[in-house]
Amino acid sequence: MTDITAQMDALPGMDPRAPLLHVDDLHVEFRTRDGVARAVNGVNLWLNPGETLAVLGESGCGKSVTAQAIMGILDTPPGHVTAGRVLYRGVDLLRLPENERRKVRANRIAMIFQDALSALNPVYTVGFQLAELFRVHRGASRREAKRRAVDLLDQVRIPDARRRVDDYPHQFSGGMRQRVMIAMALALDPEVLIADEPTTALDVTVQAQIMSLLADLQRQRNMGLILITHDMGVVADVADRIAVMYAGKVVEDAPVYDIYAHPAHAYTKALLESIPRLDHKGQPLNVIRGLPPALTDIPSGCAFHPRCAYAREICRLEPPPSYQIAPQRVTSCHFVREVLGV
Amino acid sequence: MSDPNAVVAAEAPSRTPRSLAGDAWLDLRTRKVFWIAAVLVVVVLLMAVWPSLFTSADPRDCLLARKNAGASGGAPFGYDFQGCDVYAKTVYGARDSILVGVTATLIAGLIGLVVGLLAGYFGRWVDALLSRFVDLVLAIPFILGAIVLARRLSSDPESDGVFAVIVTLGVLGWTTAARVMRSAVISAKNQDYVAAARMLGASPARLMLRHILPNAISPFIVVLTVLLGINIAGEATLSYLGVGLKGDSISWGLAIAEAGPYARTVAAPLVWPSVFLAATVLAFIMLGDAIRDAFDPKLR
Amino acid sequence: MFRYIVRRLLQMVLTFFGATFVVYALMFANIDDPLQALVGDRPLTDTQRSALNAQYHLNDGFFTQYWHYVSGLLTGDLGQSLTGRPIGDMLAQAWPVTMRLALLAIVIAAAVAVGAGVLSGLRRGGAFDTVTLVLTLLVLAMPIVVLAPLAQLVFGIQLGWFPPTATRDANLYQLLLPALVLGTLVVATELRVTRASVAENLRSDYVRTARAKGLAPKRVVGVHVLRNSLIPVVTLIGVDIGVLMSGAVVTEGVFNIPGVGFNLLRGIRTEDGPLVVSFVSVLVIVFLVINLIVDLLYAALDPRIRYE
Repeated sequence: MTDITAQMDALPGMDPRAPLLHVDDLHVEFRTRDGVARAVNGVNLWLNPGETLAVLGESGCGKSVTAQAIMGILDTPPGHVTAGRVLYRGVDLLRLPENERRKVRANRIAMIFQDALSALNPVYTVGFQLAELFRVHRGASRREAKRRAVDLLDQVRIPDARRRVDDYPHQFSGGMRQRVMIAMALALDPEVLIADEPTTALDVTVQAQIMSLLADLQRQRNMGLILITHDMGVVADVADRIAVMYAGKVVEDAPVYDIYAHPAHAYTKALLESIPRLDHKGQPLNVIRGLPPALTDIPSGCAFHPRCAYAREICRLEPPPSYQIAPQRVTSCHFVREVLGV
Repeated sequence: MSDPNAVVAAEAPSRTPRSLAGDAWLDLRTRKVFWIAAVLVVVVLLMAVWPSLFTSADPRDCLLARKNAGASGGAPFGYDFQGCDVYAKTVYGARDSILVGVTATLIAGLIGLVVGLLAGYFGRWVDALLSRFVDLVLAIPFILGAIVLARRLSSDPESDGVFAVIVTLGVLGWTTAARVMRSAVISAKNQDYVAAARMLGASPARLMLRHILPNAISPFIVVLTVLLGINIAGEATLSYLGVGLKGDSISWGLAIAEAGPYARTVAAPLVWPSVFLAATVLAFIMLGDAIRDAFDPKLR
Repeated sequence: MFRYIVRRLLQMVLTFFGATFVVYALMFANIDDPLQALVGDRPLTDTQRSALNAQYHLNDGFFTQYWHYVSGLLTGDLGQSLTGRPIGDMLAQAWPVTMRLALLAIVIAAAVAVGAGVLSGLRRGGAFDTVTLVLTLLVLAMPIVVLAPLAQLVFGIQLGWFPPTATRDANLYQLLLPALVLGTLVVATELRVTRASVAENLRSDYVRTARAKGLAPKRVVGVHVLRNSLIPVVTLIGVDIGVLMSGAVVTEGVFNIPGVGFNLLRGIRTEDGPLVVSFVSVLVIVFLVINLIVDLLYAALDPRIRYE
């Protein structure tokens, strides 16, 4: 194993023609002393190489939990995956033995976290934390691993990488730290990158730099990118498709242009209307009334019905089915016609 | 959303609002540890206040004829090398332990309260000065400082040493209480309601006593409860070393020191005061633990 | 790092003068007949009186007295005990066995605390954790005056597993029981802090990152959790040295080990004031120096301190 660029062995049962990533009917619950919180209730997602999928939703809607379940880094207990499949090139990661699954992490699916300061270990240099990946996964020598670490810092455009590789996380600025995080995620050339609110903790100007860096790197490597966010502005710029989540479910999944032009779920529509817009200056802002539901006590039927302007009796009684309204568009709303205005 | 548990906790259905103390009491009532500790504390307090409730024997009624005699009907723990009733001595030993422990803790609590409140509220140079002072006291290992101070205070051969031990423990033992008070005050000070009260023109004294203190008091009480146990142990240690209670005082620490050399022949006079002392200290530590858990659900 | 060291050194110098001043003031300030206080109930001959007067410069002002005392400490001139022996010699004779005892106690305590604390922290709420918590609670409630005599009685005398006393040149086996007693004094707090910080670090974001990097659990704990968890434990060691010193006085007394604590205890019981003051002062200085070393160790473990 001296050639550290060597490709990993194929996973048993891997099918190169199968979709890159397919999350199928995923259920996750947290068993706490206050009861069972159903954080994810049947999420369906799919992702192709080179594609950017934005997972959009308010905090507490289960988007981060979904990401952690895909990575297999849920805190168990209290978190448990109770049903569903996570298919990577046709292989169900949830059925893989732990030591096999560990090889998938960072090698094939990598993740970036929101707060890079707390996500990096404060007592080791960034060089150590980057080199660790090559040493553990590729069996690289200390020197070779460090050389690769410097390379990576260069790639994420950190100035003076050769010197900064020996610095500790707290010596970097917020934006630079997030670049380190990105370098770490990209180290082993994964095919899927999950970015969990990668710019939320950053200044607006830095946010744009990080997003464009991510977009560039994704294009170069033809990676699939899952971008988890609650920021509709970020989504519009970079995403190809959007999956809108509410109370642990994907309520609408559509190409970005379609969703902005014609939202097909009452929740998506309400979200879009709640964005302040300059051309509506002086008019009252449309806010969504109420709060997202407690995960221990999710409303019956369509979980959004207590806050929904379109809600009628059926929304309280029946969970809406998934409607395929176009080749790439799925929505679960009883009143999809009314929402679309057709 | 980074911590799913936090989300769950925040969104848990809210019950009827209650006061923090009320909540803590409801929580305490369900804890076994609390009840064990409370029963032990009540028994020891009773022993201190009303020892004749537990024994009709006189601890000072010693007969060399009964020297090292085993247990008998009247004396369940037997007699020591001077022929004193071990059970009676142990029961009566509670009094000075509790007296010293409680008073020393009150003194330490008062010093800690004032120092912590002033340092936390005024900050800046007041804080810097007082914190350095705390560091200074902490720079002297507790028992070493206590040996010097207690020796000095008990130099009068007539005294029974109670006053010296109380002052020693009180004067050297307030640092933790002060630190806890200081940080509690600092966090309470930065709450919005305190800022609001300040803007409404409340005086520093009123702010401290009416707004900050009530919200900083619970960790302070926890520290004092544990300190009470530590002070009782401290009294025993000082008495054991010969700078604590003296003369014909009855104390667990003295009893342990006296019984040590004879333990080979008869163990009871060493064992029973040790057991009572450890149980008392344990009771206060458990009580402190239970109260802290009840007041601070996050620590669970 | 350099600035950090300089600042700590300066702080130590200040604390040194403050602490020795406090010790000295506790002993001598505002007292009618300091010499009689020094010797307690003993009768004092005129020759002794003048010798002590010369030794402590009691005819001078308080600050001059203090200055003579400090310079004596710094030059190693500790004066004479009331028995007439040079205190410096007594200290030199007593040190080695106390050092060995303390080191043994620290090693035992640290090994048990870190080992059991990590296991407890990894499986919080498990059987091992529950048993450990109850045991530490019991140990916390045992003052040294209970622990040392009872341990000697049970393990030294009744069961006979260990020798109940030790000599100046005691071997490891003879020191084992007293060292266990001494270690027990600090093991509970160290263990609880280790457990709490392991449990906290396990939930931290950077541990999640480490798992996301596909590292094996052994490496996640051994490399990422452990070092962070040891930081608060190391800071405790400084405090623990003070507890060990106090404990050594009782433990050496009980086990008849002729070390520093034993001499100090004898000094207290024979009301040998000069000996008590000198021994306590030297112990306070040792405590300060060890705390300085611990602070430097702390900086070595935590880069955030180093670059402060």
